[in-house]
Amino acid sequence: MLEVKDLHASANGREILKGVDLRVKAGEVHAIMGPNGSGKSTLAHVIAGRPGYEVTRGRVLYQGQDLLAMTPEARAREGVFLAFQYPVEIPGVSNVYFLKAALNAIRKHRGQSELDAMDFLSLVKEKAKLVDIDESLVKRAVNEGFSGGEKKRNEIFQMAILDPPLAVLDETDSGLDIDALRIVAGGVNQLRTPERAIVLVTHYQRLLDYIVPDVVHVLLDGRIVKSGDKELARELEARGYEWLEASAAP
Amino acid sequence: MSSDSITAQDIAAREYRAGFVTDIESETVPVGLSEDVIRLISGKKGEPEWLLEWRLKAYRHWLTMQEPTWANVHHPPIDYQAIAYYSAPKQKKDGPKSLADVDPKLLETYEKLGVPLHERAKLAGVAVDAVFDSVSVATTFRAKLEEVGVIFCSFSEAVQKHPELVRKWLGTVVPYTDNFFATLNSAVFTDGSFCYIPKGVRCPMELSTYFRINAANTGQFERTLIIAEEGAYVSYLEGCTAPIRDENQLHAAVVELVALDHAQIKYSTVQNWYPGDKEGKGGIYNFVTKRGKCLGRASKISWTQVETGSAITWKYPSCILQGDDSVGEFYSVALANNYQQADTGTKMIHIGKNTRSTIISKGISAGHGQNTYRGLVRIGKAADDSRNYSQCDSLLLGDQCGAHTFPYIEVLNSTAQMEHEASTSKIGEDQLFYFQQRGIAPEDAVSMIVNGFCKEVFKELPMEFAVEAQKLLGVSLEGSVG
Ligand SMILES: Nc1ncnc2c1ncn2[C@@H]1O[C@H](COP(=O)(O)OP(=O)(O)OP(=O)(O)O)[C@@H](O)[C@H]1O
Ligand SMILES: [Mg+2]
Repeated sequence: MLEVKDLHASANGREILKGVDLRVKAGEVHAIMGPNGSGKSTLAHVIAGRPGYEVTRGRVLYQGQDLLAMTPEARAREGVFLAFQYPVEIPGVSNVYFLKAALNAIRKHRGQSELDAMDFLSLVKEKAKLVDIDESLVKRAVNEGFSGGEKKRNEIFQMAILDPPLAVLDETDSGLDIDALRIVAGGVNQLRTPERAIVLVTHYQRLLDYIVPDVVHVLLDGRIVKSGDKELARELEARGYEWLEASAAP
Repeated sequence: MSSDSITAQDIAAREYRAGFVTDIESETVPVGLSEDVIRLISGKKGEPEWLLEWRLKAYRHWLTMQEPTWANVHHPPIDYQAIAYYSAPKQKKDGPKSLADVDPKLLETYEKLGVPLHERAKLAGVAVDAVFDSVSVATTFRAKLEEVGVIFCSFSEAVQKHPELVRKWLGTVVPYTDNFFATLNSAVFTDGSFCYIPKGVRCPMELSTYFRINAANTGQFERTLIIAEEGAYVSYLEGCTAPIRDENQLHAAVVELVALDHAQIKYSTVQNWYPGDKEGKGGIYNFVTKRGKCLGRASKISWTQVETGSAITWKYPSCILQGDDSVGEFYSVALANNYQQADTGTKMIHIGKNTRSTIISKGISAGHGQNTYRGLVRIGKAADDSRNYSQCDSLLLGDQCGAHTFPYIEVLNSTAQMEHEASTSKIGEDQLFYFQQRGIAPEDAVSMIVNGFCKEVFKELPMEFAVEAQKLLGVSLEGSVG
């Protein structure tokens, strides 16, 4: 599904990713952990095509296609979804209107007809239940005045509606209370299907208790320095990152 | 990653679809301004002596005035002697008697602009007065309007056929001494629309004037006068375009509205004068004085404007709330893209008791555009229990444009209730990327954001114009991202 090869990327002349390799197959859940500033969000952004980063080396393939050659919206329409660490507010544009435009753009790209208002609303109802999001939030302007936790929940709600083959969730667990974490994790688990690949960026073992990953990676100073199974996450929880730092040196 | 990068401030060429020139033989007076030129214009129109005198008084007053400098706009000095003050397409007689007499080239021009003048055509519910350079070339649906006593004709015709009405009301809202541009207009105005709704009549269709500047080096100075008698209602629409030309052209119009007891006037403008190219060359200087007087009690005047065009817009549609219980409203969307400068807003002058006003202003700036809201709310001594609500929102696309807000408030009566809200939001790359990440192209993202931002104003426009206005904003912002 996703293949990242020797990816180097910099922003404002500073190298942040220094050779990342990552292979995620359909049906798998990969967790990426690592200290603050190690480049986790940068990796997610480069995959999604956020402006401001320069890829100096390496490739990113998605379903065999060269992702880096595509516009961000083309990547999204092909099914790359990013749940943002810091979702932005869009004043004046309601969540439903926004999602309908997004879904129809994706459907159009797939050669499907636009969903009519009725079908769309029943989809919204169904998915709102999945992540237990309040219907009033759905009607409000995108993320405007949402609490931190509500924003995160809204990201998962959008993912549920758009049904992407590849989802990269950047610290979706941060800022969620215990109940919300359980609900969001439950939502993600329901979206865990053999066709879908999920990359979870997280700092906490707690999330991985709910969403058990197939593979855990440690990103340190722009490189994946260790990969393992779910036990690696426990080890990190107990020992921190210091013991890995030696292997991070070039 | 150049193919991916979206920079909101990277303003590419925008398309101006009304930019063609009509090749038509015109009669244009030589450039320059003098008493002789004014006599010439007045003579061509066969005006009565009192009107010529009024023009000359205005002209003499104008000579003593200075161009205002307080607006937040910048332009090279205007040479008023380099402008032609009258240009009219050549006609057999002195004005078309019916559509059959109108030059087919003119009909074609309006057709191309989406304003067919054939009565059976698209704008079925709307009567149109078409003003081409200095003169009105056609007014539609007149017979139907006459049935209910509504007078809707060109200003020149009103001077001939209804001189008593013109004389009674002309200059009562915007006196000839009002301001530099209004005074200039009073001296040299050439045509415009006149509209009179008799007592108790609800005008059965939308009235509209479509202004078109065609000739080069010509100023357009039209004058519109609308009178709604007691209990009357009218909804009036105004649209404007001009060809693409490298030189700046001056448009200095005056609009006067009078609403008597319980009368209502709804005046909507979709202004799309040529804004200049993306380097800021050319475009219309739109220096307009629009003012309505709620003379009668419980009368209401409502201005709605969507200003997308012009190199410079200097315009403050205002309401004088003289009658007790009268209501003034101002709903505005102003766009400044590329090097456009917009200094616009309103004045709400509360004189009568229990008068109310609402101001909703939405300023959009993109490229190097500078958008200024300038508004005055004055509550006079006798205006007991008056209320104003003002909301000024600015939207910035990119970071080389600017938004400025200058609210002036003068309250001389302690029972007044004033409420003012303001906000500034910015569509940055982060927002655009968020849309893109969900599959929505940046152009669509901008139009979704802009339409969301403007919806309070658009809902005040008559349906078909709201759709037009949305499209126009879309076109005007085309290429403002990516
Ligand atoms: N546009 C930019 N210009 C300069 N430096 C940047 C830019 N974007 C990111 N960085 C830097 O790159 C490093 C990696 O940032 P990134 O956001 O990817 O870290 P992260 O692993 O997601 O951290 P966190 O766990 O705190 O979210 C940080 O030091 C950050 O300051
Ligand atoms: Mg991060």
